[in-house]
Amino acid sequence: MNKPLRRIAIFCGLLVLALLIRDNWIQYVQADELRTDKNNRRVIIERYASPRGDIIVDGKPITGSAETPGSDFKFKRTYKDGAMWAPVTGYASQAFGASQIENIEDGILTGNDDRLFFRNTLDMLTGKKQQGGNVVTTLNAAAQKAAYNGLKRQGGKGAVAALDPSTGKILALASYPSYDPSSFAGNSTSKDGGAWSKLQKKNNPNDPMLNRALRETYPPGSTFKVVTAAAALEDGKYTSADAKTDSPDPWTMTGTNTELPNEGNIPCKNATLRVALQYSCNTVFGKIGADLGNDKMLDMAKKFGFDEEHFTPVRANASVFSDDMNPSQTALSSIGQFNTAATPLQMAMVASAVANDGKLMKPYMVDELQSPGVDPIAKTDPEELSQPLSPENAQILQSMMETVVDKGTGSNAKIDGVKVGGKTGTAQHGVDNSENPYAWFISYAKGDDGSSPVAVAVVVEDDNAVRDDISGGGLAAPIARNVMEAVINSKK
Amino acid sequence: MSGTNTSHSPTHHTSTIGAIGAPSRRNTELALLVFAVVIPVFAYANVGLALHDSVPPGLLSYGLGLGLLAGVGHLAVRKFAPYADPLMLPLATLLNGLGLVIIWRLDQSEKLQASKQFVEAAPRQLLYSAMGVALLVVVLIFLKDHRVLQRYTYISMAGALFLLILPLVPGLGANIYGAKIWIKIPGLGTLQPGEFAKIVLAVFFAGYLMVKRDALALASRRFMGLYLPRGRDLGPILVVWAISILILVFETDLGTSLLFFGMFIIMLYVATERTSWIVFGLLMSAVGAVGVASFEPHIQTRVQAWLDPAREFALSRAGVQDGVVHSEQAMQALWAFGSGGTLGTGLGQGNSDLIGFAANSDFILATFGEELGLAGVMAIMLLYGLIVERGVRTALAARDPFGKLLAIGLSGAFALQVFVVAGGVMGLIPLTGMTLPFVAYGGSSVIANWALIGILLRISDTARRPAPAPAANPDAEMTQVVRPS
Repeated sequence: MNKPLRRIAIFCGLLVLALLIRDNWIQYVQADELRTDKNNRRVIIERYASPRGDIIVDGKPITGSAETPGSDFKFKRTYKDGAMWAPVTGYASQAFGASQIENIEDGILTGNDDRLFFRNTLDMLTGKKQQGGNVVTTLNAAAQKAAYNGLKRQGGKGAVAALDPSTGKILALASYPSYDPSSFAGNSTSKDGGAWSKLQKKNNPNDPMLNRALRETYPPGSTFKVVTAAAALEDGKYTSADAKTDSPDPWTMTGTNTELPNEGNIPCKNATLRVALQYSCNTVFGKIGADLGNDKMLDMAKKFGFDEEHFTPVRANASVFSDDMNPSQTALSSIGQFNTAATPLQMAMVASAVANDGKLMKPYMVDELQSPGVDPIAKTDPEELSQPLSPENAQILQSMMETVVDKGTGSNAKIDGVKVGGKTGTAQHGVDNSENPYAWFISYAKGDDGSSPVAVAVVVEDDNAVRDDISGGGLAAPIARNVMEAVINSKK
Repeated sequence: MSGTNTSHSPTHHTSTIGAIGAPSRRNTELALLVFAVVIPVFAYANVGLALHDSVPPGLLSYGLGLGLLAGVGHLAVRKFAPYADPLMLPLATLLNGLGLVIIWRLDQSEKLQASKQFVEAAPRQLLYSAMGVALLVVVLIFLKDHRVLQRYTYISMAGALFLLILPLVPGLGANIYGAKIWIKIPGLGTLQPGEFAKIVLAVFFAGYLMVKRDALALASRRFMGLYLPRGRDLGPILVVWAISILILVFETDLGTSLLFFGMFIIMLYVATERTSWIVFGLLMSAVGAVGVASFEPHIQTRVQAWLDPAREFALSRAGVQDGVVHSEQAMQALWAFGSGGTLGTGLGQGNSDLIGFAANSDFILATFGEELGLAGVMAIMLLYGLIVERGVRTALAARDPFGKLLAIGLSGAFALQVFVVAGGVMGLIPLTGMTLPFVAYGGSSVIANWALIGILLRISDTARRPAPAPAANPDAEMTQVVRPS
């Protein structure tokens, strides 16, 4: 009987071998896939197992952590001025996952990032609990406060984006109405679930969780004329701010019988670029757009960052300038109507490129990632995105925009002792322009040495305001001024 | 070993070597037992430090308890089966000890404590282990020779059938998560008669096959290189097959059914040395399994959960009500293994309690996987492999056919059980409700498996025991070699 016994022994060996192979398959080959499966609760348990690292503005954390007893999620996120900072931080909720910086830098904040591996190993050996690292942002607390409070005072929906033109650092990023991510950071069905559901668009038409500064595109209206002016200068169609342009008023759009109207009785006939920008002449810039054509306008818009998503690292929606328009559509698009649509960040990029002598810097909001011991792990270096304008043309455009603030529609943005350039915009929307227009203002401030510390874009959509009251200069410019002032004062 | 045999027959010459040489290896066993106790004690302390930052207060009593069990087992073996295999007792003790540690670790889980069915399992398991070792001692004391069991061949058959039918008795059986393999004893808890039936059946099969093996080995004709058994000899295998199918249908338990049929095929093959029986057996189990699965929704669900655990997880989460119990456990177990990775999270630091129900019994291997990692599970598998290997070696060494058959039946069944449970939890085969021997929480399983080890120890003791030493042989002087000088 010994021969079959030996065979049975081999058979039993094969059974054990099959188990060993299978074990290697699930614990080695497939281990990472299983460990990080989105339904595997360990992923969130681990995310909340230790206090998350902080998101830092101006050296101070704008986040915190609180222990949550009676749950397998040990800590929950807390926020200081959550509603104000929500467009920057996003949220980290035990029940609803994470978004924006909280999501993108989750590895650093939880301490699970590979770059912290050595440190974690060391901690493990010395018996210390794993800690999360910090995310240091580029934001400016004073500017953010000015932006958020300005929007809040206004009361309508709106957004602000402010940049440091020379580096691309995002200084302010506000959206209103906003939400407090603390309200649903936990895991309780009644409290956190209730707060979450109240914030959803279907339950709240104001859509407070929409990050308007990055994720909403608006027709930029007259603020887009800065791009059109840049295209005219770069093309060489006009080489000076003060030369007469070839601009009939009224102007019938190319290929149509429709006249493009100006708002009110303004001196637009053959106006110089400076005057045309000062009074916001539709006829002048509409004709420039039609004359340059779709391709050249598109080319300039793209150089300013249109038609692509930007990762700050939080994704900003792509702003739109279409590529298949006839001359009259191009004319309308060139004054920021028709299909043209831009995020507030995009229009801040336009202002910042002009202010930075024509050089557009890549916008970013994460300055540095730090280990739990606040050693830097990674630092973001400023990066040039494109050069839409030559320095000479940029300076011509600057002087035009400064005239807008000094003598034109943007006078509400004046700051004593500081040179400010800007452009107002009042964008119509809705079928037959039936809905309330958006009030826009883009601007930059200049220091004594000619460099610019801040460029800003403000948009306000005000359902309640009287229609006539809405104009970029009236609603948006004061907010832009406060933001710029806050940045300048904080540099002093 | 009676000293009364004073035969002077020269045929005993050959065995004198054995009488002097055969070491009992009892001290080896003792040394290994020290490791088998110390390792779980360290693991226990490790869990306490990881969970509560302190050495668990029960460490001393746990260590003493496990040490006492090992000591009693060892002394019983030393006294009543001195030539028994030295590895089996330490291996079983180590597995039992590690199982206790993991069960205690899962007792500490707040998530499991919140469940309605929660009971503190570790103290009970320790009690069951004590009962198991007691049964081992009883086996060693009263079963002086395993061949005695041969006398009870047909009583064993009746007993096994009785045990198998018990869970189907109305009012006694309990349906737990779809499988009806438990009986409820009021005030005492539940019992899995199948675990004991395994041993009793092995006794019956061994006794029956030893008598019939010559007849069963007769071939009628050759077909495709196989000697086909005679038609009338197919009777026994058909009966066992039918019983297995009945278990599958009425107790809806694929594991038990597979275990019994597999054990029978292994023993039949060893008894007859006819490969054709294996072919027949495989064909019949395939037909049976597929046939029953075609109409039994419980089995179908298990197969679906095996093929696509993620879908089953989603169905369970969505609370789909379609007449069968959808369980997320298969997926949860896989996540536990995957999250453990190569080295594991460390004892006490995993989240295998997410498995919920039966985390400390049917699914206990997943906790090993998560907290001790690939390395730990491979070690556990090798420990089981070693037990099986010692069992097969016992079968090889046994001098009587009944002992050979019984040893291979028990170790084969043990191997199959480990394969079915571990394979099920790791998603290699569909999941069936069975317990991992020695490790999983469950009184029936622990007690029955200690008894199984007891019988194997007895067979190996008989096998390795030297033949009685002859008295001084007067012939020896005459056989002295006289060297010519």
